[in-house]
This record gives sequence, structure tokens and C-alpha cells, in this order.
Amino acid sequence: MTALLYVDDLKVHFHIPGEGLFRPRHKMLRAVDGISFKLEAGETLGIVGESGCGKSTLARGILGLIPVTSGSIWLAGEELAHLSTEELRKRRQHMQIVFQDPLASLDPRMTVSEIIAEPLQVFEPHLSKEERKHKVQGIMERVGLLPNQINRYPHEFSGGQCQRIGIARALVLKPKLLICDEPVSALDVSIQAQIINLLMDIQEEMRLSMLFIAHDLSVVKQISHRVMVMYLGKVVEATTRDELYHNPRHPYTRALIDAIPIPDPAIERNKSFKPLQGDLPSPLDPPSGCSFRTRCPMATELCATEAPEQQEISEDHWVSCHFA
Amino acid sequence: MPLLEVNNLRTSFHTNDGDVYAVNDLSFSLEKGETLGVVGESGSGKSQLVLSIINLLASNGHMEGSIRFQGQELVGMKPREINRIRGNRIGMIFQDPMTCLNGYLTIARQMTEVLIHHQGLDYASAKKHSIEMLDAVHIPDAKSRIDRYPHEFSGGMRQRVMIAMALLCQPDLLIADEPSTALDVTVQAQIIQLMNELQQEFGMSIIMITHDLGVIAGISDNVMVMYGGRICEQAPVFELFENPSHPYTQGLLQSVPRLDTAGSVKLHSIPGNPPNLLRLPPGCAFVDRCQKVIPACGWQQPPLL
Repeated sequence: MTALLYVDDLKVHFHIPGEGLFRPRHKMLRAVDGISFKLEAGETLGIVGESGCGKSTLARGILGLIPVTSGSIWLAGEELAHLSTEELRKRRQHMQIVFQDPLASLDPRMTVSEIIAEPLQVFEPHLSKEERKHKVQGIMERVGLLPNQINRYPHEFSGGQCQRIGIARALVLKPKLLICDEPVSALDVSIQAQIINLLMDIQEEMRLSMLFIAHDLSVVKQISHRVMVMYLGKVVEATTRDELYHNPRHPYTRALIDAIPIPDPAIERNKSFKPLQGDLPSPLDPPSGCSFRTRCPMATELCATEAPEQQEISEDHWVSCHFA
Repeated sequence: MPLLEVNNLRTSFHTNDGDVYAVNDLSFSLEKGETLGVVGESGSGKSQLVLSIINLLASNGHMEGSIRFQGQELVGMKPREINRIRGNRIGMIFQDPMTCLNGYLTIARQMTEVLIHHQGLDYASAKKHSIEMLDAVHIPDAKSRIDRYPHEFSGGMRQRVMIAMALLCQPDLLIADEPSTALDVTVQAQIIQLMNELQQEFGMSIIMITHDLGVIAGISDNVMVMYGGRICEQAPVFELFENPSHPYTQGLLQSVPRLDTAGSVKLHSIPGNPPNLLRLPPGCAFVDRCQKVIPACGWQQPPLL
């Protein structure tokens, strides 16, 4: 069986103009630097990492919202990277995205029904007004919006409800792939739980494949089947959810897991760990060798000279570390 | 005598749509050296509570009740007098470390200002003291970094600068309003550890506002859960997590995905949305979302037991 989404050695680099007036030295920002993964139908892949690690750029690269530098993206057996803009546009109905900021991603001048119906007008123009309205109402009900809210504007809704509108807009075309870019990080805890449950239910119902991007490892653990940890544009560890959380092998993954506070004072106060020191290095000027070595407690000289290869240490458990 | 005693505090804002009641009849006290965690969702009034304490309400804000800090009444105090307490006896850390530092001034200028103003130091000794404080919050190479501008620091570093600045006058009370929310988890862990360490060193009381129950579990002695501008539960930290009594606290604890259990069970979620502070119900503010509603909830304010 071929995977629904197959990404091979994807690179997204940005040219940054130099600062000197007479010597414009271009720098290269390697936001996504050689990422490969597979996503099966009905599977959720969680992507975690700190801000600036390239996880959002990866999502936008896959959707073709920003040009990719090299590599290939296969959706349902078809290569996307070489399609024309027009051709790629047609494929977008199979891949949709839900953004982080629920209110900013909705047009303030459009009503809820116009927002949700817009994808239908673009991709299914043959539908009659009645059919379209029927579809909009159906999806609104599914995501938990009330029928009487159909003519309201986004500002009349709370953050959680705006995110439901965003999800309805993404799902109205019945896509095969849904990319969620930090969909719950702007929401309150009780609302966050509502949205996570909704996404999990819908995924099962529609057999969606999901890329779920988040910086919160506990949210990712709740929703994902497999998890990929990114650091400075590279994958440092990728495996199934249970394996990752029970047997993390990369020092960065371990540090991320240790850093999450657990809402139980008895556990939280007896945790003995040393939080990772320092900040993410600038992606404009990444360290030589292994990019994590500047913050890694296990780093040696080898790490400075040689970048670790990704290796499969047990079945379906990939790690890039000399000491895994 | 407690360090801080708040009695029947009410804070409201006059808007074109009507009065917004952000803090409603709230009372609590804080002992010396104690850390009080305040949890609640956005709009629960937790930020307005601390802004009331340091008298930084927006111009349409109005408060009544009593706030006694070291025996002094803060409500109705003249700006000149409150200025002597604010930044001196009470330090404050805000959520967004970028917008709270002045981007046009060097860190040195911003830090020394506090000491020159409150303690009458001259620039040279104020700067020396500031460098010591930056060392205390583990800013590497503080001596040269102090002459840089805020944009040259990362988010976590800026938050350390904010903490150093709040602690310059060795305040008796430190108020931290979501100090780690804008930061990555790894940096959050650094900041929380730093705050625990500094509290042991300086012995100040802390009011820690956050929506992250994990952070609360790690840092507080007592916890106050706020909803609709009122306290819905207040208890010592172990008691609250072991034996939450209010349906809202129970719901909140169950809706957090926990790293140790996540994925094995479905998340519990509290249906509905937080209340509109413009139109608070006459009874319990949680009435629409509660699963244990009885008729009295609709019209009678539940007493704090």
C-alpha cells in the first residue's frame, strides 16, 4: 500500500540579504533541511519542536504555499513539486489547513456561511445554492456550531468557536489530508480539550490523515499515532507515539519531555531534572556537526565535527544521534 | 499580620456597552514567603486582580474594597505614594517580555532607572548592582550584555531581564502574570526553576498567575481558582490537586492532557464557553456549564466555604 503523503528529502531555504550596503553578502536560512516522512491514510503524525525549528515552514512547503527548494512531495501517488500553479491549485481540495490564530485566519467581512461556502464555490461550482447551503449546514452541525449562527460574523464568536469555523472550512471539501498548525495553542484549557476531542472524532469518522503541529508534547501525545521531533530544520527522532514517550532516545526529545510540567504536585515537585540550558541557536548560523550539540549534555568532539546520520535503532524508530 | 490582605475587592470597567465586572467581591490574604498560584481561563479576572493590587487599571477602571499591603491601604492611595511602593516593595513581571521593555533604551538604562528612582543610588553603583542582579538570574556575560538593547536578547533572556528588574529593590511581593506562557517549554522550565531558586534566596512572597496547572503544581503553596471574577476554590496545593471540590476545578483538571496519561483516555471537556463579564448571571457564574446544577445555582451566589 502506498502512503497517502510521502515527503522525500524536502528542503525549504530562504535567501536573506546581507546587511552591508556595498557588500551584500547573501545568507542562507535553512528552515527545512532534508526532511522525509510517510503518512498513511487515517493516521495522525504529530510534529513537535520549539519555535523556530521549521515546523510551520514544513507545513506550508507541503501545501505549496511557499516555494520548496528541493525534494519531492507525493500525495496519493502523485508528485506535487513539479506541478504548475494551476494544477497544484486543483490538488488543494484534497489537502487543507487549520491555522493557529483562529480569528486572524477568518475574513472579518464575511459571514460564517460565506466563509465555509467559499471552498465549495471554488472547487465545486456546479453545486446549486440549495445544495451548497445544505453542505454548509451539515458541516457546521458536525463541528458543533448552531444553525442560527450561520449569518454571524467572526468577531461575534469566541476563540474556540472561531477555531470550529476554521475546521469546518477546511473539512467542507472532504479532504484526504488535514494539516493543523498549532490549532489549540491559542485556546484556553477547557476549550482546547473540546477542539482536540472534535478533531479526533472527525478524523476517525472521515478517515483523515492529519499532520498535527504543536509545541506542546502532551497535546501531541493525546492525538497522534506517530510523532516526529524537529530541531533546526531537521528531524532528530521519529517513531510511534508509545515508543517515543516510553523510550525517547535523542537527548533533545528527553529534555522536551522532562520540561513539561505535570499537574500533580507530588510528581512535579519530586522531579529531578536539569532543564536544557540556553536558547535555540540562530538558524542563519547553525552549529557545525550536530545542530543540537551546543545545548546537549552528552556532546563530545565527534558531535562538533560530524553530523549524525539518521539511523533506525529498532523497528520504525529513527534517531539522529551518535549516542542513541 | 499577613503581607497582603484583600477584602471585598470589586473592579469594574465602564464601557459603552455597559459596566464590565472583572473582579467581584474577592477576598484573600497572603503571608510572607508564601507563593499563591492563581489559575483561571482568559476573562476570569486574574490579570485585573493583580493590576488592581498595583493600581495600574485602565483609565475607565474603578475599584472598591480594601487592599492592605504591610498594613497600608492601597485603594484610594495617591499616585505619588503608590509610586513609592510599586517597583520598590512590589515587583511585577508581565507576560510579554518584548512589549514590556523599552526598545529604544539599553538594558542598563532601564535597570538603573529603578534603583536611581527608588533607592537614590548614583548611576555607577546602580549599574554595578544591576549587573549583580543579571548574574543572579544567570545571564551569561552580564557585564557586557547590560549595554545592549532588548532586541539583541532572545525571548527567554528578556524574561530573565524582566525578572532581574522586578527584583532589583528586593521587593517583599513579586507578582508574575503568566511569565512563561509566551516561552517554549524548555525555556519555561528554566524560568520556573529560576523563580523557585530566587524565592529561596530572597524570601519574597509570590503571586503567580497562569493558566497552566502544571506550572501551578510545581511552584505554589496555595492555589486560588478564579471563574467569572470570583474565587471558586481556594486550597493548599496538595489538597487542591488531590481533592478538588468545585465542579469547575474538577473539570479543569480533567481537561488537561497529561504527559503521563495522555492518549489512553479521551479528554474530558467542559461544554460551553466562559461567561460574558458584561452580563454575569445573578447566581453562580459557572451555572451554564456545570454538571451538578441545582435550582439555587441560578439565583443565589454560592458562599465560599
